[in-house]
Amino acid sequence: MESIKDKVAIVGMGCTRFGELWDRSAEDMIVEAAEEALADAGIGIQDIQAAWAGTMFDYTGATIAKPLKLQYIPVTRVENACGTGIEAIRAAAFAVAAGVYDRVLVVTYEKMKDYGFPGLPNDVERLPRRHPVFEVGYTAAGNYALAATRYFRQYGLSNEEGKLTLAKISVKSHYNGARNPRAHLRREVTLEQVVNAPMIAWPLGLFDCCGVTDGAAAAVLCRAEDARSFRDDYVTIKGLGVSVGPGQGYVRTDYDYTHWGETEHAARQAYEMAGIKDPRKELDVAEVHDCFSISELIACESLGFCPKGQAKEDIDAGTFTQEGELPVNISGGLKSFGHPIGASGCRETYEVYKQIQGKAEEPSRQLKNVQQGLIHNQGGLPGKFMCCVLIIGAP
Amino acid sequence: MIGITSYGAYVPLWRLSRDAIAKGAKGEKAICHYDEDAITMAVAAAADCLHGVEREKVDGLIFASTNSPYKEKQAASIVAAGADLRRDIVTADFAGSLKAGTTGLRFACDAVKAGSAKQMMVTAADRRQGAPLSAYDQDLGDGAAALMVGDSNVIASLEGSYSISDEILDVWRSSDDTFLRTTHERFAQTEGYVKVISEAIAGLMKKNKLEAKDFAKIAIYTPTARRVADVAKKLGFDAKTQVQDVFFSVMGNTGVPYAMMLFVAALEEAKPGDLILLAGYGDGADAFAFRVTEEIEKVRGNAARRGMKKHLDSKMVINDYKTYWLWRGLLNPITEEGFLPHHYWKTSPVMLWRERDRILRFRGGKCKACGAVNFPPQRACGNCGTEGQFDSVRLSDKKGTIWTFSMDYLSSQVEVPIVCPLVHLEGGGRFQVYMTDCVAEEVKVGMEIEMSFRKIMVRDGINNYYWKATPIRA
Repeated sequence: MESIKDKVAIVGMGCTRFGELWDRSAEDMIVEAAEEALADAGIGIQDIQAAWAGTMFDYTGATIAKPLKLQYIPVTRVENACGTGIEAIRAAAFAVAAGVYDRVLVVTYEKMKDYGFPGLPNDVERLPRRHPVFEVGYTAAGNYALAATRYFRQYGLSNEEGKLTLAKISVKSHYNGARNPRAHLRREVTLEQVVNAPMIAWPLGLFDCCGVTDGAAAAVLCRAEDARSFRDDYVTIKGLGVSVGPGQGYVRTDYDYTHWGETEHAARQAYEMAGIKDPRKELDVAEVHDCFSISELIACESLGFCPKGQAKEDIDAGTFTQEGELPVNISGGLKSFGHPIGASGCRETYEVYKQIQGKAEEPSRQLKNVQQGLIHNQGGLPGKFMCCVLIIGAP
Repeated sequence: MIGITSYGAYVPLWRLSRDAIAKGAKGEKAICHYDEDAITMAVAAAADCLHGVEREKVDGLIFASTNSPYKEKQAASIVAAGADLRRDIVTADFAGSLKAGTTGLRFACDAVKAGSAKQMMVTAADRRQGAPLSAYDQDLGDGAAALMVGDSNVIASLEGSYSISDEILDVWRSSDDTFLRTTHERFAQTEGYVKVISEAIAGLMKKNKLEAKDFAKIAIYTPTARRVADVAKKLGFDAKTQVQDVFFSVMGNTGVPYAMMLFVAALEEAKPGDLILLAGYGDGADAFAFRVTEEIEKVRGNAARRGMKKHLDSKMVINDYKTYWLWRGLLNPITEEGFLPHHYWKTSPVMLWRERDRILRFRGGKCKACGAVNFPPQRACGNCGTEGQFDSVRLSDKKGTIWTFSMDYLSSQVEVPIVCPLVHLEGGGRFQVYMTDCVAEEVKVGMEIEMSFRKIMVRDGINNYYWKATPIRA
């Protein structure tokens, strides 16, 4: 297999404000994110040769071709549930690496709040192929809670210790989100508030769950050798891994629900391509898929940031805070920045891209000397995941 | 010899304190949980009756109820699937009348006697609804019974039967009514119940040359706690020694299965040689005389059977009319559908049909190559990857343990929180199910569970049945 390390560059990115954007349609968000990305790359829409649309619910490439008035170029709609964002970037990157196109656009988005979701989507009008009895009524929070319960049990945490450990993750996410101008939830919370919040799916409470958010993010990609014609501070793809498991977590009795196997496989592919041996030391920042607090905890272990069962020690020590050894979800994460399903992976990439360039929107958020960072994006539920891991860095 | 070869009963775990209906009213009534109906209770009673019975040797199933969830579409076929009976059997719904259960029993006895079936199971279940705060609302309870009729290993031989058909409007419900209607109570009970059931019992005794003193117990339907005494007095039975306790203060009048449930309770206490009277009432009456045999000890010795006594002894009492109303689906029409997302949720007759063995019979696939149990059944084994080499295995009668769980506060509108465990079954297999009949706060990893047939949701007039886990019922 051929590596695409340093063959593809990101030369422009855009991201809307995330939140409950009552006054904006999907078209408004698509145009806003794409225009920022194109302006960032210093090109116009007419320069784009092919495009990828990342969305869970809308269909065909026309979903972005129509608002952007793309003129008969190839446009593909990509879907991998919550992992759609990186999947769209991957498709675009491979097309560029293959030499088929010179300049491509990725636009990812989700318009969640037009449909009044009470939690993560249960909107079956748009998800028709669900089982009439096996899958009725199960929520994403409930499925991730299965992992939290099991994690507490396996590593001997009392419910109180477990809840407190998860609460520290949420407090950090809200602290980071509060400082990020484009984040959805911009309010700090205390440990006490998190622990005592209303239950969503025990042991996960309100502040253990990400927001239901509208938003869009976009990227312009080109071959690395052409990148300097767009800008000096471009970033390149260092590693890219994707893994889809056989989805037997609900069937096989030997899956432990305390590690994400798909994440481990995707990370292995990405680290190998990027030449990373010790991710904790070699990465300067990580945006991980934290739809729930437990998701971030297990992701940190499965990505190899710390040994299995030991995330609590690192959380207690502040390893993943802005000042810590490896800042995780400096953006606020899905938790606080928000989670418009199809857009999250691309939005996470936006954060790492800006951190590498030293252009974090609020200066106090800017990390020092970021050379490379990791983006982790997964779709599905524990036991039945797809996962994307993208590593980008200074060329 | 024709007669009863096995018996089973089901009383829901939940009881409503009558005090919740009328301040100071005494006792409790058995009530369905929100996910139970006549069909699910019949499946539970059938499972209770099938302990020690080879399911493959059951040749027919009757479902008797005034409360089938379908006006058109058979319920017995659902019960037979839930009970995992053979396909080449005869199934029938006996409906409309309170005596549907005993009438079904008579037809089952006739079928076995005629030799067209070796073993027939008669299930009866009801979930009747009195108008809010009415006397019926206080008196009626929910429950089910199942009797196996056969011609070998008989535990209670059929000595004779006698039926009456009687046209009277004493209690009725049109197809558009939600609640039962009745007329002047004393008219209904004296001209209807007391007169007609007595006529059937007297006819039975005369035909078979039996006298009141010959019976060890009489298990007969009664509309209220006291009316049965009028029948006993009229026919010369001793109300204190011969009349089976009607469990009115702990269960209530369960309708169609009521007489059969009382008969099961009588069998639980009977000695070989005892003569037991069973009589059902409704638009007429059916009366039977059964003689208990030595075989009863074998059936009674099966500890897995809960029958009436164990079911009555294990209970959770609520004293909250609002919750009862919510469970009945009467507080808010949305709750009929069970869960919040179900406003959107679709069901699929095609999928329910294609996957009927896994959904209703709860059959998994045991890999012939590695022995792993896969549920739901897979095309290729989740454990070893071997394609298409499975034995179909029944999982509904297996116990299991909770391996992990959540308590979901968003999923259900009726049960908050609803416990969602991953279960490991004895003999292998892991699957995700809902938990029911539990106290959420008491659920723990490692807790033992058993499976129970329940209604998941109602959508487009389709009742979606599937299995849930419950704590092991005492």
